[in-house]
Amino acid sequence: MAAVATQPQFHVLAVDDSVLDRKLIERLLKTSSYQVTTVDSGSKALEFLGLQDENSEDAVSFSSHNQEVEVNLIITDYCMPGMTGYDLLKKVKESSSLRDIPVVIMSSENIPSRINRCMEEGADEFFLKPVQLSDVSRLKPHILKKSTKCEDLNQNKSGTTISSSTNNISGNR
Amino acid sequence: MASTQLKAQLNDLLNSMFAMDFLDEQFKQLQMLEDGSCPGFISEVITIFCDDAERILSLITELLSKPVVDFEKVDAYVHQLKGSSSSVGAKRVALVCIKFRNVCQESDKEGCIATLHEIRREFDELNKKFRIMLQLEQQIQALDSKR
Repeated sequence: MAAVATQPQFHVLAVDDSVLDRKLIERLLKTSSYQVTTVDSGSKALEFLGLQDENSEDAVSFSSHNQEVEVNLIITDYCMPGMTGYDLLKKVKESSSLRDIPVVIMSSENIPSRINRCMEEGADEFFLKPVQLSDVSRLKPHILKKSTKCEDLNQNKSGTTISSSTNNISGNR
Repeated sequence: MASTQLKAQLNDLLNSMFAMDFLDEQFKQLQMLEDGSCPGFISEVITIFCDDAERILSLITELLSKPVVDFEKVDAYVHQLKGSSSSVGAKRVALVCIKFRNVCQESDKEGCIATLHEIRREFDELNKKFRIMLQLEQQIQALDSKR
């Protein structure tokens, strides 16, 4: 597939407390042409996304909720000390600025009630670990679905198409 | 020694590791992820795994040496080790971890100590093979880059 210079690279935020799994997911995502940021906890993820976690000891206070960097998808481990992936999912879905970002949960344990809980809370996918390349190929539709929705909004507004790589879409960030 | 001979040795080693279930399909996934843009990927991942496993096994040994064992903590560490061994395709180690979690959940100290020994044996054997694998890879790379 030829690289198109104007094609925006999608940015994935990966959250996992395991160094090894972070290395793996990073490699999986980069191989699939995503830009990747990895963090080792839910609270660091929220910090990166521009939300303060009131329970975090080292949270940095942001004066506004402006997202510095656009994140097109969040992929998070379920089982983490402190804030679990499920807690992170909830916080993202409760946030008006972040709720449109697709969230994928990863878990080493195949527990149907866990999976259902996450899907009910708004997770877009649930991957069983170890995550494989074939799983990563399932991410694009979720990103594009949100990206298209944003482009449609902008087309209706101004009559011209705004590329999804700009940060000022979906209104209320 | 010519790099072709070393490559054959490496191949034999990997084939036998797969045949004896030291490694499973997940390791093949890792091999797929290593390419020109990321040549040291497997070496990095294996090193992280081995260092981490050593750390966890030491911590578990310490926890089990106490008069009153915190089985929850032990279980949490075993869960970590199970996760990372599955991630690299270390099948035999992962299987013993499952066994370990069962005895842990029954708060069976003797069972835990016995299973710990088993994991130790499995991991030590795997570690030895990994070291040989990484050594061979390094030698091959060194020879190939001289061409």
